[in-house]
Amino acid sequence: MSILAITLSAGSLLSGAAATELQGPVMGTPGAGGNFLTRLLEWLGPPQAVPTWAIALTSVLLGVAILVTMVSLIAMWSVWMERKVSGHMQCRFGPMYAGGWHGWAQTIADGVKLLLKEDLIPKGADRALFWIAPAIVLAGIFGALAALPLSYDWYFARMDLGVFTILALGSTTTIGVVMAGWASNSKWSLYGAMREAAQVIAYEIPLGISLLCPLMTLGTFSLIDASREQATLFGWDCGLGWAVFTNPFNIAAFVIFWIAALAETKRAPFDLPEAESELVAGFMTEYSGIRWSFFFMEEYAAMFLMSVVGAVFFFGGFETPLTALMRASGSDGTLLYSLVCFGTLVLKGFAGVFLMMWLRWTLPRVRIDQVMTMGYKYLTPLALLCVLLTATWEFARHLVMG
Amino acid sequence: MTDVQQHTPSIHLSGEEPRVLPNGEREFFFDVSTSDLEVNMGPQHPATHGVMRVLLRTDGELVTGAQPHLGYLHRCAEKIGENVEWLQYLPYTDRYDYLAAMNNNLGYSLAVESLMPDLEIPRRATLLRTICAELNRIASHLIAYGTYGLDIGAFTPFFYAFREREWIQALFEKICGARLTYSFIRIGGVFNDAPPGWLKEVAAFCDVFEEKWREYYDLLVTNHIFVMRTKDIGVISAEMAYDFGLTGPMLRGSGVDFDLRRDLPYMAYKEIWDAGAFRIPVGRGAQGTLGDCWDRFDVRVQEMMESIKIIRYCLEVIEEGEVIGDVPKVIKVPAGESYVGIENPRGELGHYVHSDGGKVAVRCRVRAPSFVNLAVLEDLMPGTLLADSVAIIGSTDIVVGETDR
Repeated sequence: MSILAITLSAGSLLSGAAATELQGPVMGTPGAGGNFLTRLLEWLGPPQAVPTWAIALTSVLLGVAILVTMVSLIAMWSVWMERKVSGHMQCRFGPMYAGGWHGWAQTIADGVKLLLKEDLIPKGADRALFWIAPAIVLAGIFGALAALPLSYDWYFARMDLGVFTILALGSTTTIGVVMAGWASNSKWSLYGAMREAAQVIAYEIPLGISLLCPLMTLGTFSLIDASREQATLFGWDCGLGWAVFTNPFNIAAFVIFWIAALAETKRAPFDLPEAESELVAGFMTEYSGIRWSFFFMEEYAAMFLMSVVGAVFFFGGFETPLTALMRASGSDGTLLYSLVCFGTLVLKGFAGVFLMMWLRWTLPRVRIDQVMTMGYKYLTPLALLCVLLTATWEFARHLVMG
Repeated sequence: MTDVQQHTPSIHLSGEEPRVLPNGEREFFFDVSTSDLEVNMGPQHPATHGVMRVLLRTDGELVTGAQPHLGYLHRCAEKIGENVEWLQYLPYTDRYDYLAAMNNNLGYSLAVESLMPDLEIPRRATLLRTICAELNRIASHLIAYGTYGLDIGAFTPFFYAFREREWIQALFEKICGARLTYSFIRIGGVFNDAPPGWLKEVAAFCDVFEEKWREYYDLLVTNHIFVMRTKDIGVISAEMAYDFGLTGPMLRGSGVDFDLRRDLPYMAYKEIWDAGAFRIPVGRGAQGTLGDCWDRFDVRVQEMMESIKIIRYCLEVIEEGEVIGDVPKVIKVPAGESYVGIENPRGELGHYVHSDGGKVAVRCRVRAPSFVNLAVLEDLMPGTLLADSVAIIGSTDIVVGETDR
């Protein structure tokens, strides 16, 4: 099962990341440019001595290993965080015993428990689809995460259309969810799957359109370039030239983006596909054990991914005054600089995740017709209006500032 | 799933002649046959608040029919009442509406006492009974508040509600040793006097609760999403409420001003009402149609505050004294029959007791408010969405232990 998921994610990674990387020099020019996998391989030995296919294969396997670790770590940390956040919002502590300090090992213990649980497939389920659905869900999110740069010079693939790759691969998880719902041979699962399909189709549109606003402000689709663009505020390299600061309509665009992202990641108040009190557990009703945990991991990885996309295109990506200060003192290009950029992105990502949790534990769930009304009747036109206004603003800015 | 597979929608041309539209286009007719999906909500389902089953017929998200099935928790409570002694039956009353056990004890005790004209209930006992019954009403409405939030998808209010409920349970534990099934109010009075300082603690609880109540109101009752989800859903008109024999918040939510505590007063409620200590919240249709889910919910939340006022009044007038009348160890109730209805958190809890002068009742019939209120589901649910049906079940605030007894 896990092997299947990992093979699939390796496939998506191959197509998504390694393939684009192979178009450029795989072995790269030593030192400058080149992704960190290539650099790691260089450290292993002189490139001439190793055949190209071996380097490509090792590169892919390493990438998969790093991604799997990353997704697991994100999921583990987020689950623990969700429990603590919800606990403290609800006058309780959340896990306190496992591992000692504030139950830090609770998620690990849960993971072990899930691994050891009986592998149940309900009678009458479509076994093949039931098997493959969690893998597809996870593969989609692996592929999307592969397109995510971790720092200015840490990335799996330098993609000029990075944000489109992320949105495209990220939305393939829906297929897995619909498959899971259909294959489960449960009416509740079917409801959940159909809700998911309807909801994601409705919210892909405002999500994409609202992202166009910062894309126009920044003039790039690449996540790395988008971050770099946001370093300067009116020509001053202070690390605060964030898209929301340079164009007021980006704030409105962010609100639309955020609502759509909540709907995309099936988070409350848009958790209708799961809808615990209505559909028992929605599309996951019949899943248990490690298969169920794949859906869980996907949810948290998708939350992180959406938060990071939001952080990169609206809130400066790697840029903070700290990075600007490091550049001014000439320490850019060092390992520390890369680490600071990486840390900034992770912090911003988890700030978004925290916001999602905060909303989840505060708001009631909306109804399906309200979800549809909001997506089609309000968010989509508003996002289009935002695009128009952003374009006008940018045009005026270029007229005034030349 | 089998239903879906058996009735796969078949789409083909019906063979009917295409109609020519005014603009020259032709309109074809298709034979499209779909079937409703029958789905069991329950017996194990988070929205049914216990072991109840609602058989739903749905067309996509639309509910076209609903039929509640009950009896999963049937424990022959009434039959037991005919086989055990008067006082021995008291613990069984705890178990019909386990969220309002004090009120159940009270209802049974009042019914039995009504057959014993010589028995005098001390005033302190009456006031202690009132305090406990109203505290229990708050505890029960807190559960209604919290679980309704859960039904709508808001988790956090549930925990806030439980925080205060926990305090009430601690108070009950101090006075009678139990946290859920009290058997504290009994024939002739109450089991024992309040421990020293207990009444002060109740007063302290009232002070804190008044603050927290405002929090509840802002967090859920006036929350925009919550209002969107509950207004104009499951509308019960006043006529419909009469026809179904609804009582309690279900009836008052429809704008009918009827409360047994005022209209057929028992214990000290007449005195409390005459003193102007409380009012009776009635649905106003403040957020949409009168008698919708929001109104019922609002009535419950308002009632918590009124209960606090009643408790405050009782705390003011309570004096030292006896807490139980002159009741023998083995009670023999004079021959006769009697029906006493009291205002439970969920509506009118009626006890009909029939005695032939012996140690055991001839008949002990319970009119359970949840059971009567449940009947309205079948009429309310068709035509709503699946999520609304959950909201409607939640707004009836049934306790399955009571519907089945």
